[in-house]
Amino acid sequence: MVDTTQVDWKAIDSRPEFQELHRKKMGFLWGLMIFSLIYYFLLPIGAAYFQDIYKIKVWGPVNVGILFALSEFVVAWALAFVYARRANNVFDPMAAAIVRDAEKQMGGRK
Amino acid sequence: MSSRRFALAAGVIALAGIATPVLAQGAVAAQYRWLTFAVFGVIISITMYVTYLAAKRVKNVADFYAAGGGVSGLQNGWAIAGDYLSAASFLGIAGLISLYGYDGFMYSVGWLVAYITVLLVIAEPCRNIGKYTLSDILAYRNNQRAARIVGALSTITVSTFYLTAQMVGGGVLVKTLIGIDYEISVMVVGVLMLAYVLFGGMVATTWVQIIKAILLVTASIMLVMLVWTPYGFSLPGFLTAVIGDTKVQGQVALLLGDAAKNMTPEQLGQRFLEPGLLFKAPIDQISLGMALVFGTAGMPHILMRFFTVPTAQDARKSVIWAMAIIGGFYVLTLFLGMGSAMKVGAVNIKAIDAGGNMAGPLLAQYVGGGPDSMLGNLFLAFVAAVAFATIVAVVAGLVLAAASAMAHDLYVGVIRQEHVSQQEQVRAARIATVIVGAMAITIGILSKGQNVAHLVALAFAVASSANFPCVLLTLFWKRCNTGGIVLGMVVGTLTAIGLVLVSPNLSYPLAIKAAQEKIIAAETANLAKASADLAAATEAPAQDKLKAAIAKSEKAKGAAEAKMKEIGSDRTSIVGLEKPAFELRNPGIISIPLGFLAVILGSLLYRDKRSEDMWDELYVRQNTGLLLAKPVAH
Repeated sequence: MVDTTQVDWKAIDSRPEFQELHRKKMGFLWGLMIFSLIYYFLLPIGAAYFQDIYKIKVWGPVNVGILFALSEFVVAWALAFVYARRANNVFDPMAAAIVRDAEKQMGGRK
Repeated sequence: MSSRRFALAAGVIALAGIATPVLAQGAVAAQYRWLTFAVFGVIISITMYVTYLAAKRVKNVADFYAAGGGVSGLQNGWAIAGDYLSAASFLGIAGLISLYGYDGFMYSVGWLVAYITVLLVIAEPCRNIGKYTLSDILAYRNNQRAARIVGALSTITVSTFYLTAQMVGGGVLVKTLIGIDYEISVMVVGVLMLAYVLFGGMVATTWVQIIKAILLVTASIMLVMLVWTPYGFSLPGFLTAVIGDTKVQGQVALLLGDAAKNMTPEQLGQRFLEPGLLFKAPIDQISLGMALVFGTAGMPHILMRFFTVPTAQDARKSVIWAMAIIGGFYVLTLFLGMGSAMKVGAVNIKAIDAGGNMAGPLLAQYVGGGPDSMLGNLFLAFVAAVAFATIVAVVAGLVLAAASAMAHDLYVGVIRQEHVSQQEQVRAARIATVIVGAMAITIGILSKGQNVAHLVALAFAVASSANFPCVLLTLFWKRCNTGGIVLGMVVGTLTAIGLVLVSPNLSYPLAIKAAQEKIIAAETANLAKASADLAAATEAPAQDKLKAAIAKSEKAKGAAEAKMKEIGSDRTSIVGLEKPAFELRNPGIISIPLGFLAVILGSLLYRDKRSEDMWDELYVRQNTGLLLAKPVAH
C-alpha cells in the first residue's frame, strides 16, 4: 500500500507550479467540454427545428444533415487529438516536474 | 487449480448446448447451421485457450480486478471498444439506419461523443486515484462505509439493468439468428462468461473483449468493402443508388403514410436521408443524448477498464484508441444500414425481426451470394458467431464490475473493513462472480418474453444521474463530501428509475386496448366491404384477391382480439397508472440536473472537515499521478 501521509499535500497544492498547472488545465478542459456539448446537442436540436436547412443538397444526394452528422465524428476525433497533444506537450511535463520535486523532498525528509 | 480442465469442459458444454438439435427456424438455414457452430467453435476455442493462459497469471486480487495494471493503452482501447459495442449497438443501430435512414445514423453519434467526457474529466483522474472500483473514487476522501455502500449498490443496480438487457436481448438474438432455444442460449452465454471471469479474471475478460472487437471490426470492414466497391467508394454514388431503390422508397412511403401520397419516387428516396422518420419528440432525443454523453462516464464497467493500465498517460491513450475504433465502427454502420436497406430491403429485414436487428446479418448473407449460396451462409454464420461473442464479452465486463462491487466494496471494505488476506480477497471475488453469474442466468431466463429494450436506456439514465455527478464533483469540487455522495446517489437513482416507472416505456393496458379496438373496428369495416365486393365480383382473379384480403383481415382481427383477451380486465400498468404520468421515455433531462443538485445540497448541508482537508491530497494526486500505485510485477 502507498503511504499518503508522508507527503505534505497542502504545500504541493499551494506551489506556483501546481497552481499554474491547475489553471491551465481547468480552462482548457472545461472549454473543450463545453464546446463538445454544444456541438453535439446542435445536431438533434437542428434535426428537430431546422429541418429545411438539413434538407439542402450539397453533393449529389448528400445533404447538410448528413454532412453535419459526419462532422460530429470528425469534431469528436479532432477534440480528442487536440486534448491529447496539449496533455502530452504541456500538462505531462508540468506534472512530471512537480512529481520530481515532491519525490526529491520526500527522499530528503527520510 | 484445474482451470484448464474446467475451461475445456465449459467449452464442450457450450458447444454441446448450441449443437443440440433444435427445430426452431432462424435466419441461418438449417443445412448451413453447422457453419455457425464451426465458426463459433473456433472463437470459443481461442478465447478458452486465452483464459487458460490468463488463469496462470491471476495470482492476486490486483490481477483479478485490474489485470495487475499491466494492460497497454492500445490493448485497453480495443478492450473498451469490445466492452462498449454491445449487440444493441452492433446490430441495433445498423437496423435503425436500415429502417429509418438518417435518424438511425444521428442516434449513433451520441455513443461516440460520450467518450469526450470520459477522456477529458474521468479517465486520467480515476486512474490516478482509484484502484479497482467506482467506490474507490467515491470513498477516497469520504466516509468509507457510506461511500462504498452507495457506490456498490449503484454499481450493482446499473450493471444488473444492463446485464438483464444483454442476457434477454442476446437470448432472443441467438434464437432469431440460429434458432437455438432461448433458455439454452442464455445458459451458454452464462456458462462461457463465468468460465472467462472466474478463472481468468480481468486478464481473460480483457482479451475476450479485444478478440471480439477485432472480429467485429473485421467483419464490418469486410461487409462495407463488398457493399461499397460497386460504387467506386463514392459517397454520393452509393447514396444515389440507395435512394433510387424502390424498396427504400417503399419503406419511406410506408413510414410517412398519407403524407407520402403526393410525393414522387425521387422525393421519397431523398426523404430517407432527411431527419424525422423515427424521432418525433425532440426533447426526448435531447434527454437520451444527455444520458449517453454523461452516462458512459458513469458506467462502472467502463470506469473499471481504466484501472487496468499502468499510468494516466496510458488511460488517455486507451480512450483515444477507443474513440478511433468506436467512431470508425459507427461510420461503417452507416454503410451497413444503408446497404441493407437497398440490398435486403425493409420488408425482408422486418420479416425476421421487427426491430431491424437482422439488417447487418442479412446484408452479410446477401453480399456473399444470397440465402442459397454457401458463401452467403458462411458470411451470415460469421456475423452470427461474432454477435454471440459480442454478448459474451459485454456480459463478462458487466459481471466483473458487479462482482467487484460486491466483493471488494461490500465484503472486504464494509463488512471486513480491509482486514482480509490476498488469498481470501481473490476467493471473495470468485464467489461474488459466481453469485452474479448465477443471478444473470436466472434473471435472463425469468425475463423471457419481457420487453427489456428500455433497460439499457435506464442503465444509462442511472449512471448519468447518480454515478456521474458524484464522481465528477468529488474529483473537481472541494466542498463535495459524504453527505453529497449519499444524497446524490439516492436522488439520482430514485428519480431516474421513478420517472421511467411512470413513463410511456411501460405497458398501459387501456392504451393497448384502445389501439386494438381501433384495429378491430377498421378490420370489421374492411371485412364488410370485401364481403360485399366479393358478392358483386364475377371474375375469378378478382374473387381470389378479395378472398385473400378477407383472410388477411380476419387474421388481423383475430390477433387483436387475442391481445384484448390477454389483457383481460387489467386497467393499469405495473405501478398502477392508467396512463403515463411523465411524457418522456428518457428521464435524463430531469434526473441529471436533480442528481447534481442533490450532490451540491447534500454536501452543503452535511459539512465534513475531513473531506475538505483531504481535498489537497486528492486534487494533487488526480492531476499529477503522484504516489500512483505501481502495478505488480510479474
